[in-house]
Amino acid sequence: MTESKVEKRRFAMTRRRLILGGSLVGGALVVGYTATHPMQVAGAILQGGGSDPEPSVFGPFVRIGADDWVTVVNKHQEMGQGIHTALAAMVAEELDADWDRVRVVDARGNFRAYGPQLTAGSNSVASNWDTLRNAGAAARTMFVAAAAARWGVSPQSIAIRDSIVSHTGSGRSATFAELLTDASRQTPPQAPELKQPEDYRLIGTDRVRRKDTVPKITGGQVYTQDVDLPDMLVAMVAHSPRFGGKLARFDASDALKIPAVVDAFAIETGVAVVAENTFAARRGRDALRVEWDDSKAETRSTPELFRYYHEVAAGRTDIEPNVLETKGHPDAQFGSDVLEFTFDFPYLAHAPLEPMNCVAQIDGWDIKIMSGTQLVTLDQVHAARIGLTIPGKVDIEVLPAGGSFGRRGTATSDFVVECLRIARHTNGRPVKLIWTREDDMAGGFYRPMVHHRAWIELGPDGFPARWRHHVVSQEMVPIGGNFQNFEGITGSPYFVTASVVDGKIFSPSHPVQCGFWRSVGLSHTGMVMEHIIDQLARQARRDPADYRWALYQRAGAARHLAVLNELCLKSGWGSPIETGWARGMAITECFGTVVGQVAEVRIQEGRPVVRKVTAVVDCGIPISPDQIAAQMEGSIGFGLTAALYGAVTLKDGFVQETNFDSYPILRMNEMPTVETHIIRSANRPTGMGEPGVPPIAPAVANAMLILTGSPTTSLPILSGNALGNSNVSVRS
Amino acid sequence: MIGSRESSPEPRRRRFRIGCLPIVLVVVAAIVLAIVYVLYPRTMPQTQPIPAAQLLEQIERLRPVSDFDGIPDLQERSIALFREAGRVLESPRCMNCHPRTDRPTQTDAMRPHTPWVSRGPDGAGEAAMRCSTCHREENYAASGVPGNPKWKLAPIEMAWQGKTLGEICRQILDPARSHMNREELFRHMVEDELVAWAWTPGGQRTPAPGTQAEFGAIIKAWLDTGGECPR
Amino acid sequence: MSYAIFVNGQIHHVEDDGQTPLLWVLRDTLKLTGTKYGCGVAQCGACTVHVDGQPMRSCTLPLEIVASSQITTIEAVEGAEAEAVRAAWLARDVPQCGFCQSGQIMCAVALLRTVGSPTDGDVDTAMSGNICRCATYNRIRAAIHDAAGTLRGQTT
Repeated sequence: MTESKVEKRRFAMTRRRLILGGSLVGGALVVGYTATHPMQVAGAILQGGGSDPEPSVFGPFVRIGADDWVTVVNKHQEMGQGIHTALAAMVAEELDADWDRVRVVDARGNFRAYGPQLTAGSNSVASNWDTLRNAGAAARTMFVAAAAARWGVSPQSIAIRDSIVSHTGSGRSATFAELLTDASRQTPPQAPELKQPEDYRLIGTDRVRRKDTVPKITGGQVYTQDVDLPDMLVAMVAHSPRFGGKLARFDASDALKIPAVVDAFAIETGVAVVAENTFAARRGRDALRVEWDDSKAETRSTPELFRYYHEVAAGRTDIEPNVLETKGHPDAQFGSDVLEFTFDFPYLAHAPLEPMNCVAQIDGWDIKIMSGTQLVTLDQVHAARIGLTIPGKVDIEVLPAGGSFGRRGTATSDFVVECLRIARHTNGRPVKLIWTREDDMAGGFYRPMVHHRAWIELGPDGFPARWRHHVVSQEMVPIGGNFQNFEGITGSPYFVTASVVDGKIFSPSHPVQCGFWRSVGLSHTGMVMEHIIDQLARQARRDPADYRWALYQRAGAARHLAVLNELCLKSGWGSPIETGWARGMAITECFGTVVGQVAEVRIQEGRPVVRKVTAVVDCGIPISPDQIAAQMEGSIGFGLTAALYGAVTLKDGFVQETNFDSYPILRMNEMPTVETHIIRSANRPTGMGEPGVPPIAPAVANAMLILTGSPTTSLPILSGNALGNSNVSVRS
Repeated sequence: MIGSRESSPEPRRRRFRIGCLPIVLVVVAAIVLAIVYVLYPRTMPQTQPIPAAQLLEQIERLRPVSDFDGIPDLQERSIALFREAGRVLESPRCMNCHPRTDRPTQTDAMRPHTPWVSRGPDGAGEAAMRCSTCHREENYAASGVPGNPKWKLAPIEMAWQGKTLGEICRQILDPARSHMNREELFRHMVEDELVAWAWTPGGQRTPAPGTQAEFGAIIKAWLDTGGECPR
Repeated sequence: MSYAIFVNGQIHHVEDDGQTPLLWVLRDTLKLTGTKYGCGVAQCGACTVHVDGQPMRSCTLPLEIVASSQITTIEAVEGAEAEAVRAAWLARDVPQCGFCQSGQIMCAVALLRTVGSPTDGDVDTAMSGNICRCATYNRIRAAIHDAAGTLRGQTT
């Protein structure tokens, strides 16, 4: 990697952290990872939140009990990505704890104790790598010192293995529990010595397995949907069926006649119905008569919006682009042999299996929230605003989420805020807001609709000489100049041979809310860049792997090269494949993790069938190979769903896909076999929750390019009546 | 900021003053603004009487049998009657369960059934994924899932999808495929409760045209006129 | 109206509208929250329970028609198949977010009770009514085969 690329990446990282981690309350309160000063300001205002964590001499993240169990405190949201496991392993490794006696608990929202609690950008492993290893190592040092003092031996002669502290010379040994009192009298070291990766006994082994499987297979895991508090009410809200619609008037007389319906009232986002149970709330809401003021609502249909986006990309509107990548003379005129590429991507719903929900109670100055939520610190601030209190009075119990994929992390804390607005009307009774599947799918915060247009000139050597790239998409958050939708294009190794690069993003604004969707910008830029590269390779009559190899080589993209080499080896790239089948390849870097995938595809009944995906990943030091593989499998299923079926479309502003019958999710019979290979690495670990998503769509499109000769210019690949789930098993 | 360690304390203090004051001022101003914004009174609509919207039910009618009396040629009349009956037979309500594969279709658009289901040995599904896993004896408003005591697929020999009306006609008249003689066929058309469901499908589903009685009368007239099939 | 329903071997008297989906009776009234709401229209399978041994989607099961049936939920499903399935699920760390897994397990148990040695095709037909948004399908499939192997080992 070249010097300047490192620089650029570091800059992007910092900016992303600032933006992802940053919120603005009245334009002032900055919660940043990087700036210490605003953090202190924020900490003073936030003042923890509700109950303080159990005090521990081993710091906020590690507790060791008299039962000899090590408890690791997870300040992030566990939504399936396995962050429980990874964080626990960091502590257990440095502490040399017995993995089978390590448990994980979820932290409540508490800024003072834990710092910002934000789960985003596949960042939890990377951002805790130092903190939690240090916490584990510090505790270890304290036990070593305690044992050395008790036995009158030197600390160097003390060893810890599987939670047993022992002295090699004398054969004496003790458990953590036995040494607990002595150890807690030790001063925690500021900079404890950390292990070298080659000395790891736990990290990187197959012993690092999930900590939450048992409750998840017995029905015992409590999600937000399952919360039951004494005297709790259940609420549903009739939302505007169009984005930007406002409540005009409503008639709740029929709703209030339904037994167990308690109240119905207007809130900012619609009409809330509260009832003693869920089904009554549902029936009450169905019985409402509501009229909406659509004067400021989005009333266009999807084809119309795409036509508009195409106009924007062509520069025929007054929307000024933001320049995000530039090299040489960006205004250079392109020749007549320019290759032109266009891509259209629809809105995508996250559709986690647990629809949005939240439990809240307002009791005077105190607010209690129970919810699965990615941006806890932000929620505290928003909750305080709605409940007219200070963030320190907002106690958030973070529950595991039944999936999220970015949906439970919105800049406006939408569903948390909605629940609080209802809770203001319930006289102190706790209220559980339930969104139906239909509410969830039509509720926005989608991956934006995106249009890409690229013009590329190849040099005499067949590699890109000039590259102009325009992207049109709404912003996901109103800060950062929409750079998130350009990630994956910014700093691409494919620009290395180009003397001119002109990358711009146009950000139209309309009332459909957009948000972060698993892999964020890469969910479309990955498809565009990787599918373009195969088309360029085809144009240059080069094998797509060779073509990539040459560009990575020249760009000094060492990690991409390693992934490519391994991918070719493991996927059988270049070896014969049965008639009718083809392999397609894609390699993307997302949040610092490089993933390559090769898909084996055939066309059957006019639709692509993917039987196998070979995946290679470089995510730095692998913490849990099993969970890395799990995330790869899941990401491929998630990405393939979007590639084949994913589209939220509007007709006159009304969302057309409102449940799984019209928004199909990949099912058992369509799931390809997945083989995951992990690159050995001694680099700091990077995330795994999202980076497996981007390559699958272009890998499939690239295989289809071989089979049909036609490029894919829009996703999803299937639409209209072909949209139903496949009736073909990929194994038949 | 590696260099800052070497800089003299004086400018550092000054830098601190410059950095801190605006932040504090902005925070204070923001809090004041936020309080004003939050406390600013807003009125919310209250419940008020709104008359229920009148649903105009558009029912597609079948032509009465008497309409066909004017066709003198008995064979032609029979074919015309069957064509009228075909409006029912070819409605999505009937066709969805007469697929040409092992998998039904669904909705007015007749897209493949989601989730994936297969007819199984008895036309009512496979192990652990029977029709009765989801479908009950009645339509169920709370879930929108349609139901009927006989809910299952027509046998594969009675596949209609992709066939012309003439082919469907000859198929239902062929006892080897329909497993019915003409009397049984008539009873199936006019009395069978699963067939009857086509006129009360519930949800957003468009009912088959006319009524089962009107349909029965047309079928009877068609059989009485010789049960002729379109080509 | 009042209904007496048999759930997990116990009789419960429930005062509710007969059209209430069993799902909400289980979750809200009986506090058996292992059975999940995912779609409400029999598309996702997260609410699967056993009714007289048959897997059924409880979101599309009105209370009034199950009053004479034996209902089993994830909290109480037992027997050799259930044990084998749970052990296989644990050994492979199948769940990610876990929200669909109650339904997946209820369907897998029902499949293994009917088909001792399911083929991949049998797994496809039996399990494609259950959506896993985290796409843990490959592990579910492998775990079903593991469980079938365990059960075969027990009978021979």
